[in-house]
Amino acid sequence: MIQFQNVTKRFGDFTAIDDLTIGIYEKEFFALLGPSGCGKTTMMRMLAGFETPTEGSIYLAGQDMAPVPPNKRATNMMFQSYALFPHLSIWENIAFGLKREGMAKPQISDRVNEMLRLTRLEKFASRKPHQISGGQRQRVALARSLAKKPKLLLLDEPLGALDKKLRQDTQFELMDIQEKTGTTFVIVTHDQEEAMTVASRVAVMDNGRIIQVATPDRIYETPNSVYVADFIGEVNIIDGIATPNGEESYSVAWKDGQAPLNVKSPSSFSDGQSCHLAIRPEKVTINAEKPTGADNVVEGKILDIAYLGNLSTYHVELPSGAVIKAQSANTRRISRRAFTWEDTVWLSWTATAGVLLAA
Amino acid sequence: MMRRFTLIAIPYLWLLALFLVPFVIVFKISLSDVALARPPYTPHFDWATGIWAFLSELDFENFVFLTQDDLYWKAYLSSLKIAAISTLLTLLVGYPMAYAMARAPQEWRATLMMLVILPFWTSFLIRVYAWMGILSNEGFLNQFLLWTGVISEPLTILNTNTAVYIGIVYTYLPFMILPIYAALERLDESLIEAAEDLGCSRLSAFWLVTIPLSKTGIIAGCFLVFIPVLGEFVIPSLLGGSDTLMIGKVLWEEFFSNRDWPVASAVAVVLLLLLIIPIVLFQRNQQKQQEAEQ
Repeated sequence: MIQFQNVTKRFGDFTAIDDLTIGIYEKEFFALLGPSGCGKTTMMRMLAGFETPTEGSIYLAGQDMAPVPPNKRATNMMFQSYALFPHLSIWENIAFGLKREGMAKPQISDRVNEMLRLTRLEKFASRKPHQISGGQRQRVALARSLAKKPKLLLLDEPLGALDKKLRQDTQFELMDIQEKTGTTFVIVTHDQEEAMTVASRVAVMDNGRIIQVATPDRIYETPNSVYVADFIGEVNIIDGIATPNGEESYSVAWKDGQAPLNVKSPSSFSDGQSCHLAIRPEKVTINAEKPTGADNVVEGKILDIAYLGNLSTYHVELPSGAVIKAQSANTRRISRRAFTWEDTVWLSWTATAGVLLAA
Repeated sequence: MMRRFTLIAIPYLWLLALFLVPFVIVFKISLSDVALARPPYTPHFDWATGIWAFLSELDFENFVFLTQDDLYWKAYLSSLKIAAISTLLTLLVGYPMAYAMARAPQEWRATLMMLVILPFWTSFLIRVYAWMGILSNEGFLNQFLLWTGVISEPLTILNTNTAVYIGIVYTYLPFMILPIYAALERLDESLIEAAEDLGCSRLSAFWLVTIPLSKTGIIAGCFLVFIPVLGEFVIPSLLGGSDTLMIGKVLWEEFFSNRDWPVASAVAVVLLLLLIIPIVLFQRNQQKQQEAEQ
């Protein structure tokens, strides 16, 4: 539905968006994820019409958007600051866009009440924005931007100002509302957890470029670069040299002199090519005794334990000095844990547990 | 407790000494009669005859006189009219200036603010005299217009109401600009974007968002101009003509030309009572603004 074609945006000599081509489908929940300053907000503002591309063009439902001003676009935006009109009541805030459309009064009233129900704000209709809580304000902003039934809803860090618990609840609410209304949502966020939770597809951005676009599980399981692997969640990156030793199978020699590792990889590497092995801590098993039959086994000493309640992350130092993180669920009481600081442990993982990435 | 009391007492003592006491004196004079004496009114308080004899000689004769001679109410009305029109003119000139200042790049704003305040560095009287030089028949403005060929005869501006309006708008402009600027500067740019996003054109976003959100600034600016202009004396007497009727001028003439202090005091008391209404409204506006900010 939305097509970015070789879009470049420059502010002075700063390039915010660099030759970007991407498509967003109808009824999709699409997340733009990246660190601050990566150009994700600029992309969204171009969709809303507040910025125009320096080069290239943006198509919405096949139509070039460049000459269309923001007030004529079938897109609505939920602002990071919510941008609720402080002089208007909640009801009037939601009705604002409908009134501009010249909708008849009874229809406006129906639509506003419908939005109030959807966001569970009926009780607050006559209050002013400063008389309600942050979470309620956020819902008003959502209701206001959905009231006009936009084809495309843009959400700029919509949950940034909420505390964690409320944010999680709201994430599910957002998904719910997206399903109910069938609107295409594009969300901008720097919170990877949020992007993974709500979105059906995630685009990871850096320096005005899109590094990878895929579903949340593919982004997590098969990142296409060290940047993506590192940005999303926790990861161990092992630098090494790949040597093919079978079909889609490689032996990876550690740069810092450990026994080589067995890795399966669908992408091919040539003999002696340097590579990175990215492996998630939860895919590394930690044992007090040496396990048998594992594809990869290394010995190390526990350096640190990060206790997260349901999980613990163990930082294990190998004889070479490299540190590997392993995560395991705390299925037992902490007092009955088999190992603690300074203990010698064995880490193991399968040949398919990690992703082999080109250097 | 004592400290708080002292803190509150100081401004009240100040008001008492510099406002209430002079007011009581003026009010007393307004109840007196004219006399060929120095000071030119009677009675004076005399310990020998006592307070009752003194009070019995006071009356509201001068206030009654104000209602009988139509000069006075015409002057009040004319002052109200001039104050209202010039407040509106100042708003029309000041709002765009404040808007431009608030939209200017951050690094320019301090300089622009300086330029607005700069005229205060010279004496108010000198600036009004400068306008006399500009607006007179042989003044700079007429010379310039004759030179460019826009007019063939010099325009008579000085000593008309037009000159008074020009002078008032010029003098009171900063009082209008500063509160509006303060309101506009606080305005969140994303509100305008939100309005546009929801279907407003630039102009309707301005009417529906910018204007309502700078309302307190507009009201404050209007009162800051209206209240002093109502009693303005210097500008109408220097720039205005004989037909410019303002109560400040009448007041001055009663005091110094007629030496009728009691009537002049009565004029002043009525003017003060008239001013209390907008001052109370202004205070209420300020209070509402403070509450909204909390």
